[in-house]
Amino acid sequence: MRILSLAGRRLAASIPTLVLILIGVFLLLQFAPGDTVDAMMAQMGGGDAATAKELRKFYGLDLSIPAQLGNYLWRLVRLDLGFSSIYGKPVASVILERLPPTILLMTASLSFAFFFGLVFGVIAARGVNRWPDTLISTLGLVFYATPSFWFGLMAIVVFSVYLQWLPPGGFEDIGTMRTGIWRVFDIASHLVLPTLTLGLIFLAIYLRIMRASMLEVLNLDYVRTARAKGLDETRVVTRHVLRNALLPMVTLIGLQAGTMLGGSVVVESVFSLPGLGRLAYESVVQRDLNTLLGIVFVSALLVISVNFVVDLIYARLDPRITAEA
Amino acid sequence: MDAVKRYFRSPAAVAGLILLLIVIAMAISAGWFYPRDPLALAGRPLVWPFSNPRFLLGTDNSGRDIAAQIFYGARISLLIGGVATAIAILIGILVGAFAGYYGGWVDNVLMRITEAFQTLPNFVLLLVLVAVFGSTLTTVTIAVGVVSWPAPARLTRAEFLSLRNREFVQAGRTLGMKNIQLIFREILPNALPPVIVYASVVMAVAILLESALAFLRLSDPNVASWGNLIGLGRDVLRVQWYVSAIPGIAILVTVLAVSLVGQGLNDALNPRLKGR
Amino acid sequence: MSEHETILSLDRLSVRLPGGADRTHALRDVSLEIASNEILCVVGESGSGKSMMANAVMRLLPNEVTIDNGRIMFEGRDLCAASIAEMREVRGDGIAMIFQEPMTALNPLRTIGDQIAEMFSIHTDLSKAEINTRVLSLLADVRIPDPKVAAKAYPHELSGGQRQRAMIAMALALDPKLLIADEPTTALDVTTQAQILKLIRDLQQRRKTAVMFITHDFGVVAEIADRVVVMQHGVIVEQGAASDVLHHPQHAYTRQLIAAVPPLKAPPPRALAADNILTISDVSKTYRTGGFLGRGARVTPAVKNVSLALPRGATLGIVGESGSGKSTLARCIVRLIDPDTGSIVLDGNDWAKMSREDVRRETQHIQMVFQDPFASLNPRRKAAELVAQGPIVHGMPRAKAIADAKELFALVGLDPSAGDRYPHEFSGGQRQRIGLARALALKPDVLVADEPVSALDVSVQAQVLKLLAELRQRLGLSIVFITHDLRVAAQICDLVAVMKDGAVVEHGLAGEVFGNPQHAYTRALLDSIPGGAFAREHKV
Repeated sequence: MRILSLAGRRLAASIPTLVLILIGVFLLLQFAPGDTVDAMMAQMGGGDAATAKELRKFYGLDLSIPAQLGNYLWRLVRLDLGFSSIYGKPVASVILERLPPTILLMTASLSFAFFFGLVFGVIAARGVNRWPDTLISTLGLVFYATPSFWFGLMAIVVFSVYLQWLPPGGFEDIGTMRTGIWRVFDIASHLVLPTLTLGLIFLAIYLRIMRASMLEVLNLDYVRTARAKGLDETRVVTRHVLRNALLPMVTLIGLQAGTMLGGSVVVESVFSLPGLGRLAYESVVQRDLNTLLGIVFVSALLVISVNFVVDLIYARLDPRITAEA
Repeated sequence: MDAVKRYFRSPAAVAGLILLLIVIAMAISAGWFYPRDPLALAGRPLVWPFSNPRFLLGTDNSGRDIAAQIFYGARISLLIGGVATAIAILIGILVGAFAGYYGGWVDNVLMRITEAFQTLPNFVLLLVLVAVFGSTLTTVTIAVGVVSWPAPARLTRAEFLSLRNREFVQAGRTLGMKNIQLIFREILPNALPPVIVYASVVMAVAILLESALAFLRLSDPNVASWGNLIGLGRDVLRVQWYVSAIPGIAILVTVLAVSLVGQGLNDALNPRLKGR
Repeated sequence: MSEHETILSLDRLSVRLPGGADRTHALRDVSLEIASNEILCVVGESGSGKSMMANAVMRLLPNEVTIDNGRIMFEGRDLCAASIAEMREVRGDGIAMIFQEPMTALNPLRTIGDQIAEMFSIHTDLSKAEINTRVLSLLADVRIPDPKVAAKAYPHELSGGQRQRAMIAMALALDPKLLIADEPTTALDVTTQAQILKLIRDLQQRRKTAVMFITHDFGVVAEIADRVVVMQHGVIVEQGAASDVLHHPQHAYTRQLIAAVPPLKAPPPRALAADNILTISDVSKTYRTGGFLGRGARVTPAVKNVSLALPRGATLGIVGESGSGKSTLARCIVRLIDPDTGSIVLDGNDWAKMSREDVRRETQHIQMVFQDPFASLNPRRKAAELVAQGPIVHGMPRAKAIADAKELFALVGLDPSAGDRYPHEFSGGQRQRIGLARALALKPDVLVADEPVSALDVSVQAQVLKLLAELRQRLGLSIVFITHDLRVAAQICDLVAVMKDGAVVEHGLAGEVFGNPQHAYTRALLDSIPGGAFAREHKV
């Protein structure tokens, strides 16, 4: 109950943030050269000024900017994200189609980065300044410095072109219609490289934080108490260090959710995954501003939900967090 | 002085500094080694590296010298990385200092804005900014700076929060100092070292962000950028993978150098935390 | 002691520090013995190596710090030669330890019961139910009010005293032969300290445990010790029965330490001026935390209707335990905190009603000295600059302010040429003198000193108090002196006000308040002073 009310409060606090983002981005897009109608006209292969005026009136684009903003927010309340002239259907349905690959990719990358970051961080901290630590820390630095799109391309060269172990892109094999478990395997094999590519930099970040946080906790007084009780080192780590050292990692997931979603734009482009990130890229290139605004809204929602879950986990881990904090 | 000595005692930090100096030297000497426009046609397309002494690193799909683009690309990466970092750190320090020092509604408002920036995926915001303002060198640099300030702002705010109730600040207040004096002359110098160290992280991220943007062909197409070249090489990836591979290594080395220098600075400025 | 067996003996124990430390050895040739059923107090100032000794016995020394000579004999074997696995058996089971700061010594993410139960699960094969009963009976043993609730509580949900009780319960879980207590009451309030000392004494007598009790406070020694070991710079300078060491100290250092303990007796009263320089009436301050639009807000009254007066040239002591509101009151007086109601009249001006800007301009009339000599000086400014800052802010040319600062250095007993050094190059006592010089640079009429000597070693404490008394005489200062230590207050204050829960419960002349306390709380405070009888009778 304490945990739920706490996370609920945080969730409520993020509503103004969401509104702020929408207003900000909406106003920002007013500066964009060309609007939806221009994009539509281009799609239709040109048209006269009268048609354009007619269309603008139809979409409410002839109103003042505050009025347009009001309209937009009101439509959002009813979960109407507008119409994408490029895709010829409501933005909401375009985004909904593209959501599953992105969510799958993010979950997989996050799990991969978190698990291995944790393991490597603990190993490095246990052997601080000895060779396992040096090796892991160096690898972490290199991973951190690797541009993800480049790593993705090189992975394609090695694993798809030369070794031909994994498909070079796409979400699933369209040629052969697979069903059931085989489809799952197919999608999984398509997601291996994207997951590694997106997860790599976060793996580097998590292992560094985990290592630092382990070292810090290992120096705290209650760890000395645990040793004074006669616990062996393994139990000191598992019972008194791990959970406490996890707290900064968990915080980081929330803070990095946005960055990860941003990273998926690039990774999905490299591997031609039909996800939200690729959609964002396409809508920028095609100047589909309605869709772009919709993506901003949905990705903010995604980040907020990740943070909600993170808050739940954090409150579960740390009894000191109270509803007031 | 002790900090300098401590810095040079770490081999990793020294290696990072050397790498960074090499990249800087490349940026400075680009015009001297390659006086011609790096984006001009230079020879046969897709010459493999080391096969022709005229093009040490080969040529790309349109016959432009890769080595020249690598040298000129160093300029772009360092320029964008440096300026965007300066923008981000400046905004971050101002926002963080005022939020942390004043607290209350000032803090509330500033932190809501920071949160908004962090909730919106930074790369998506970058796309929006580029879509709106176009992709010239200037707009891209400013855009990268504008999406990068929330983290340094949070860091500065945290430092200010812990410092503002320190007794030496209270002492300053009882001596009759003004808020602005307290913020910039008493607290800021003490809050600065971790922020400066963090600048290396911001710079690393800024370089990566720009290269990703360029890879997607959304950055300035009229300058020789490493990201542009990787994007170009993608079309011939299956066979001439070196066109993408070489500039990628350049980015990796530069970002690695910046990170190593940052870590070295961190250990040198906070000797107590060495080895963490 | 002959009827008791020796539990632990250190034989010429030396502990080596890593290169770069201020000395080569933390301990050098330390030999001592502890018998069952006795409390051995190890006394020394900071840096004497007393805590290092405790950690050496447990073999819990920091990395790079090594035992390079000597033996630690416990139950017939040398712990220096014991394997890691053997040491683990000894820790907790044979020798248990409690620490200074119970908040940080307990894992914040696990319940008290869970952490005590761990003792049994490591060292015994008891069933869960059995362990549970033992935990509850242990918590009852250390007189924690509702053991069942306490076992389920997390450390942050208990008070400081209760946390230390829980630590003691944990340490005594397996009936260890030896209990090492490393400054276990230093972080606690004086009344809580008295209870914990009594508890340790009782449990020790009931269980016949040997106790190595590490402290810096001779009052605590007088209260609890059977025998005493005095340490300085890693060497034992004197040891013997408590009464011998306390009343007939042999070594010069011991004599110096005992002399530095402020006696709990006010010096003869001084004549007080008839007019008040500072009059505080009905000052209140309430904190509101949390809550949204007034819902669920927690209201904490920090200062409740305090009225006090400070005669010109006098020293008013404000005494209380943590949370009594004394520091909040001090900060209200200098307007670091804005009081909600009441008036603070200084020389005819009501400070409580002045605007912030006016306060900033008038601030040279009232200055503050802070508690922590490390946190109260900006580490990035040179000492002379720190002292000159105030006059510069108020318009004095920089060169003159720096020159004046050097004179102030001489006044507070510092070398005037030290002005070019940074704060970290000074010792704690010296830094406190810089803080004092900084406050005096503005030539204030009133000085508010918030626990100015609490963070200092006793011998340094005595010097700073002496300096303060001298300056008061010379400069005609009026002082508000905040302290938790009644012995310190007795030394320097003409008037004393005792605060509890934000209110003043008793105030009057120091001699009267200490000699003939009227309020029950004042009496409780006085009774709680460790080694009270010793403090009363001993002469400076």
